[in-house]
Amino acid sequence: MSVVPASYPSTRWRRAKVGLFRAFTILALAFVIGPALWIIGGVVVKAVPGWRWNVLTTLSQGTSGGLENAIVGTLLLMLGVTVVAGSIGILTGIYLAEIAPPTRRGRSSGAVVRVVIDVLSGFPSIVLGYVGYVALVVGLHWGYSFLPAVLILSLMVIPYIAKATESALHQVPTSYREGAEALGMSLGYGLRKVVVRSALPGIVTGLLLALAIAGGETAPLLYTAGASNTLPSIAPLHHPVAYLTYYVWTDWNQPMASAHVVSYDASLILIVMVLTLLVVSRVIVARTQRHSESAR
Amino acid sequence: MTVPSTPRSATPVARDPRATGVRRHRREDRAWRIGGRLATILPIVGFAFVMIVLAVKAWPAFRVSGLGFITHSAWQPGNTYGGTQRVHGVLIPQGATYGAWPMLLGTLQTSAIALLVALPISIGTAFALTERLPKWLSAPLGFFVEILAGVPSVIIGLWGVLVLGPFLSRDVYPIVANHLPNVPVLRYFRGSVGYGEGLLTSGLVLGLMIVPVIASTTRDLFLQVPPLPKEGALALGMTDAEVARRVTIPWVRSGIIGATVLGLGRALGETIAVAMVSGSVLGTVAPNVYGTMTTIAATIVTQLDSAATDGTGFAVATLAEAGLVLAIISVVVNLLARTIVRRAGRMAAPVGRA
Repeated sequence: MSVVPASYPSTRWRRAKVGLFRAFTILALAFVIGPALWIIGGVVVKAVPGWRWNVLTTLSQGTSGGLENAIVGTLLLMLGVTVVAGSIGILTGIYLAEIAPPTRRGRSSGAVVRVVIDVLSGFPSIVLGYVGYVALVVGLHWGYSFLPAVLILSLMVIPYIAKATESALHQVPTSYREGAEALGMSLGYGLRKVVVRSALPGIVTGLLLALAIAGGETAPLLYTAGASNTLPSIAPLHHPVAYLTYYVWTDWNQPMASAHVVSYDASLILIVMVLTLLVVSRVIVARTQRHSESAR
Repeated sequence: MTVPSTPRSATPVARDPRATGVRRHRREDRAWRIGGRLATILPIVGFAFVMIVLAVKAWPAFRVSGLGFITHSAWQPGNTYGGTQRVHGVLIPQGATYGAWPMLLGTLQTSAIALLVALPISIGTAFALTERLPKWLSAPLGFFVEILAGVPSVIIGLWGVLVLGPFLSRDVYPIVANHLPNVPVLRYFRGSVGYGEGLLTSGLVLGLMIVPVIASTTRDLFLQVPPLPKEGALALGMTDAEVARRVTIPWVRSGIIGATVLGLGRALGETIAVAMVSGSVLGTVAPNVYGTMTTIAATIVTQLDSAATDGTGFAVATLAEAGLVLAIISVVVNLLARTIVRRAGRMAAPVGRA
């Protein structure tokens, strides 16, 4: 650190700086909490007074009607992402943390995938959506449909899941692995029964946050999932899928008042979904922390 | 290291009747290794696929526009219903010419504003949550950082264009625009304030969106700073502001820089929110900070629909070229952040454990 300057500033100025520093930190926090409350409150104030429960059970008519198809579509997309990105992401994380054999220079053989995961985690989602449109929807003649949307969304969130899994596994004490090995467990058995199991809360938390991201995405879906006012079909190809963010994005600047209602209703449902996922992941974290403390 | 108590799961393990048979275990081990390797290959394949598709799609546009694509401003789809012409062997609509300079500049400008806004807010928030507030208060308040990170960008965009933009252009921008002197730099804050859709509003909204990225990392970094140096500094008579400036921040400086670059990458690629609050005006550079403009990402999302009507495919190829430019910027920025964070991690690791 730096040396104390020869002429040290006056006490009054130093005291003033303390006040400024404290005010600055609280002000900064207010600039996080304020907008967060403003955004959520704004949506709630616009959507709740005119809220009709049948929005959940009626189909959309584009700029009016309900959102049943979009809710089902978003949940289906999240399910698809859980299956595709969840399995690939968690396996990648396990491989990187536990299996990847170290090479001679002491660097893990997972170096390439680590770089790719870091790059992918900050990659513009619209570029992924563009590629999905050009290569899958048009190029492979899949049409706007479920599969390209899930593949593109998965590519987007795999990095989050892999990173969360890896860091959850890093928090498992080494002695657990040594204990498993000392009991004669094979690598796979020890992983399954001891190591991954104790990292499970962290892994699930990462998965839930990834789902929140996937469910709230718009850009990569617009040109892969398309748009639809009917319930999503079971066919993974050639049938567009409705999703909530689409209605927020297309209906907010339509002239009709009914469109604005749709837009705000979709926003409210999205916020409730995201908050639920965040709170559940918070609860999981809190519970595991309590357990780990009692175990100590 | 102390021996931890037996993990809950270990007791049934010993009695598990399936835990026999060496061959089965070898098979399971092999399945784990192969499965893991396969899973790690898939993201690599996916990323390579994305870059190859972009490059192949952008090639015709690159042959026509060349490097001038990133320095020119014109955005003319040409006569999509009329004749076509051949330029450098590529069939394009008559009169079509594309330049990405305004949206490239717009991307950089909005991201720069976002960083200027987000960095102080993030560092202040991290200090408030780790050092200033009691734990019972900082835990629930810290949740707001996660909420901000989780709110879908389309909703932030909706708020930006319907609430924040009109509020700023009515109550804040006019005051700023009318009172600043006509000198370089500040000149850009003068003039017509518009209706709240434009460069400054986009930058502010983007800044809000990347605060969680920087703040959560900075918070974790601050928690890793060992207490002894801080206590030592306090014992020497430093105030807590001086400890923050001379001990805590220098201790994790490179980590903060890495997180900031990470946030920059996020700001560069953000699409929907910017498409909603930027005004989405193609081909012009904003005359002042309130002017309407667009970014590369917002252009792709708003123009792909109409680009698909270009029978020659030149408009779609042009968007691929724009996407490629954005992708390259994003990859470079992310690699930079990675290098900085890794170096920071190497330095912080032994300290954190001490």
